[in-house]
Amino acid sequence: MHKYHKKSRLLNRRVVLLITMIIAAVYLVGVFIWGCCLSEDAYGINFNEKFLAPSPEHWFGTDNLGRDMFFRSIKGLSISMIIGLISVGISSVIAIVMGILSAVFGGWVDKVVNFAIDLCMGLPHLVLLILISFMMGKGVMGITIAAAVTHWPSMTRMIRQEVLQVRNSQYVLAAYKMGRSRWQVAVKHIIPHILPVYFIGATLLFPHCIMHESAVTFLGFGLPKELPAIGVILSEAMTHIVTGKWWLAVFPGLMLLIAVIFFDLIGEGLKNLLNPQTGNE
Amino acid sequence: MFRTKSLVAEIIRLVILLFAVSLLAFILITSAPIDPLTSYIGTESTLSPEARQEIASHWGLNDPLPQRFFTWLGNLFQGDMGMSITYKKPVAQVIGERFSMSIVLMLIAWVLSGIIGFLLGMACGKHENSVFDRIIKTIFLGLKSAPTYWLGLIILTVFAVLLGWFPIGMASPIGKAAEDVTIADRIYHLILPAFTLTIVSMGDVILYTRQKYIDIAKSDYVLYAKTRGETDRQITKRHILRNIALPAITLQFASFSELFGGMALAENVFSYPGIGTATTAAALNADVPLLLGISLVSAIFVFSGNLIANILYGVFDPRIREGKAHA
Repeated sequence: MHKYHKKSRLLNRRVVLLITMIIAAVYLVGVFIWGCCLSEDAYGINFNEKFLAPSPEHWFGTDNLGRDMFFRSIKGLSISMIIGLISVGISSVIAIVMGILSAVFGGWVDKVVNFAIDLCMGLPHLVLLILISFMMGKGVMGITIAAAVTHWPSMTRMIRQEVLQVRNSQYVLAAYKMGRSRWQVAVKHIIPHILPVYFIGATLLFPHCIMHESAVTFLGFGLPKELPAIGVILSEAMTHIVTGKWWLAVFPGLMLLIAVIFFDLIGEGLKNLLNPQTGNE
Repeated sequence: MFRTKSLVAEIIRLVILLFAVSLLAFILITSAPIDPLTSYIGTESTLSPEARQEIASHWGLNDPLPQRFFTWLGNLFQGDMGMSITYKKPVAQVIGERFSMSIVLMLIAWVLSGIIGFLLGMACGKHENSVFDRIIKTIFLGLKSAPTYWLGLIILTVFAVLLGWFPIGMASPIGKAAEDVTIADRIYHLILPAFTLTIVSMGDVILYTRQKYIDIAKSDYVLYAKTRGETDRQITKRHILRNIALPAITLQFASFSELFGGMALAENVFSYPGIGTATTAAALNADVPLLLGISLVSAIFVFSGNLIANILYGVFDPRIREGKAHA
């Protein structure tokens, strides 16, 4: 404990955490809104400016068609985020429903849910994503659905564990004794308890979705070539890397990396803040 | 006795699961909006509709889905996985060739990431919050978030393009006949993809081992060992190593799924002719038999990892073993 007393009283760990989380959130929301509002002219084709190295005018340089890589990356990241939002939304709802059902009803429901989890995790995640995307005929629809229906298992397990814990706590047992139905207990006691877990889980799921989306896109089964997605940008960069156009790969990937780290940071931060043991420091 | 029983139950569970996974893969692939016949004969074929119909019924494409699945499964047990459209070879042969290439890559990365990751994790845990620990922790927390293929591209740029130390890709020099390729060539071409896959897989082991080391070092039994006068060396050997090694090894086995995904991405970046590049080629060319075969093989791969992890957990961990025997 003595370690923390030495630090300045002005900024305790909680305040520092809050500030970093706000910075991360501003970056992510900023990129998202900027990307959504960005007109296509910003990263339009300009044959006079092919393969320019990074400069004050083009921060990330330009590609073989003279498109500005900075704006393409912003746009790409915001597209990834939209897909991430949709798939996290769907996945987390699947997770919360399945997790609660399996924990509350137990028995064969639990067995079915566990089997579904094992089934989903039975194939390497990337292969499963490719197969679903392949089935849907690739494209935006394919990758969004693939990401949406494959990211629930870990979160389902987490929620199931949490519900099992509450279910055996005194106040829930008391509620049952007082004649509340399972449904009433689920709505009144269990859902409020697991909501923080849900939000943390959903935030931490986000970077996974984005990473998988970009990976599948990179392999050519995700977003179409016309969209400036990070995966598309990087797979194009691969063809120019031999000639030393390093900026085509470095910066867009770095943008994605920073976004992923920031999402993790916010998720871990929420975990610390919402946990009473660490939240009151 | 109890042990064998739970082991058998575990294997039966996995076999059922494997069957379900292959059924899932089969349904996914066959319901794709791609006509296997068209992708086999090409779109510019002048085949008459009657002839098409004949081939379709010969292949059993008109049969109901369950029947097609069992036909496929039946042929599978006779060792016939069909013909690959992309490579014009039997699927079993393609997978055999490709998988042996990938296995080398994955094995190297798996062993190296396990050993180096474990040692680094131990070192970090021992010197918690030192400069060394902080640097390693930051680097691998970052690497954990980095997309594998991006990392591969960066490594390719630095070591192959800018420095020119390594070849750009492939498993052997271009333009060299297959029989002239030496082991040295193969190793030379393997280094970069193996390096990429190793550092990608290492993060989890390091962070896990580190955290576990710190937790155990703070435990009561280690404190008691200290008061008994055990040296640091003895404590590490008797208490810490024994408690970390098994979960860390189990973690390595349970990570087969991520290893496979990372391998597929790394192979595509370095155009290494393994199962990962075959997967993308199969899906791009709508090569249904090959895609099915690869799905099955990858599922078996993941299952064997999980099975070994479960066995290690159940059989070697005395707590779980005792717990089961008493139950």
